[in-house]
Amino acid sequence: MSTPGTNTEATETTGHGDISTGVAGGDSNASATRITPGNALRPEDIALEVRTGLAKPSEDIAEYALRLGDDALILAQRLGHWISRAPELEEDVALGNIALDQLGHARSFLSYAGGGLTNEDGSTKSEDDLAYFRREHEFRSVQLFEQPNGDFAATIARQFVVSYYQFELYRRLTESTDETLAAIAAKAVKEVDYHRDHSAQWILRLAGGTEESRKRMIHGLRLMWPYVNELFQDDDLTRRLAEAGAAVAPSSLREDFDRLTGEVLREAELEVPDVPAAPGGGRHGKHSEHLGYILAEMQVLAREHPGASW
Amino acid sequence: MSPHGNPEEPASSAAEIKREAPKVSTSSTNEPVVEPVETHDRSAWGLWEVFVRSSRGLSHVHAGSLHAPDAAMALRNARDLYTRRNEGVSIWVVPAEAIASSDPDSKGAFFESPQGKDYRHATYYTKSEGVKHL
Repeated sequence: MSTPGTNTEATETTGHGDISTGVAGGDSNASATRITPGNALRPEDIALEVRTGLAKPSEDIAEYALRLGDDALILAQRLGHWISRAPELEEDVALGNIALDQLGHARSFLSYAGGGLTNEDGSTKSEDDLAYFRREHEFRSVQLFEQPNGDFAATIARQFVVSYYQFELYRRLTESTDETLAAIAAKAVKEVDYHRDHSAQWILRLAGGTEESRKRMIHGLRLMWPYVNELFQDDDLTRRLAEAGAAVAPSSLREDFDRLTGEVLREAELEVPDVPAAPGGGRHGKHSEHLGYILAEMQVLAREHPGASW
Repeated sequence: MSPHGNPEEPASSAAEIKREAPKVSTSSTNEPVVEPVETHDRSAWGLWEVFVRSSRGLSHVHAGSLHAPDAAMALRNARDLYTRRNEGVSIWVVPAEAIASSDPDSKGAFFESPQGKDYRHATYYTKSEGVKHL
């Protein structure tokens, strides 16, 4: 199904077709809406490697992949709520794209994690088993990702923190001794780089826009900042894996995160919010009151109709 | 409206936003009356035309248009709207108002004149004797 990105356009560059059809309809090979999927690591490839035993994560790696996958999954679900509700159609698509990128990362990480986890009947867990048939306390996402969308500025504030955190994380994870984690990170880091840019652009515009937009931007950052600390907390698992070179110690990301987010905030003439940190605990299944609602909406269909497809 | 997992924001709040299409007067006057239903100023976001180059060596082709507050955001919106399926390696955005276009009503005057003027095509001429590399 997937054909290489370099394809046939070079073979047919002459002829401008029927000029009466206008600029967009001329040379079919020059069409701006030509569709080629291109070549990239897909969640399906990882699921296949797991099924055939090519990729088999250790218990620690599986737990680590579960954490990163849950972060991305919960954020994708949150962002998906903006579809048809964003301030402009263009922004609707932008947030939708980011949600889909996150969902892709989630699928890759969860597919991989599933290879190290088994169902009661002994079979390995699929991405769907993990996404739809776990309960709230079994989710390993940190609490920032489940925070409510709020207004557009709050969503941008959350995305700003997430993107700068994920970028630093994935950038380093590309050098993981675990090949699958490194490959997922290599695909994800480019996408997250764009998410960084998107949120930074909006921080600047909302902060420098009207009095109202600035007020909301400041408020949005204050809502999200209590959950920043949790992103950078090490625990036994990350210490073990970081020592082995398979994972990145969260605490090691803090300095770059503070510096880079600080640059954007300074340019926007905003201050790093001075707010107490939330207790955290998401990595160990302790969540804020919001996650249950998200799961209820996300899981209801799969649970009402197990195995359904459409 | 379905529950959306945000207890701080009751689902009913969505109903306060009027989403129906602007009402266009049904009379046949040349100036349809549009009643804006949204409170914010939509005209603040200008219209931009987007040109996408699908690969090196090809020219940029008009892909469509979009709204954006400035050029930087227009480029990003163009990336999100028109290159989602691997369509491009380069994007241009141009403020729509910066484009001067030919008048569709003067198609005849503008474009029909070259018709029948075969002599403007190389094939009209016969090759002179002795010319080798033509």
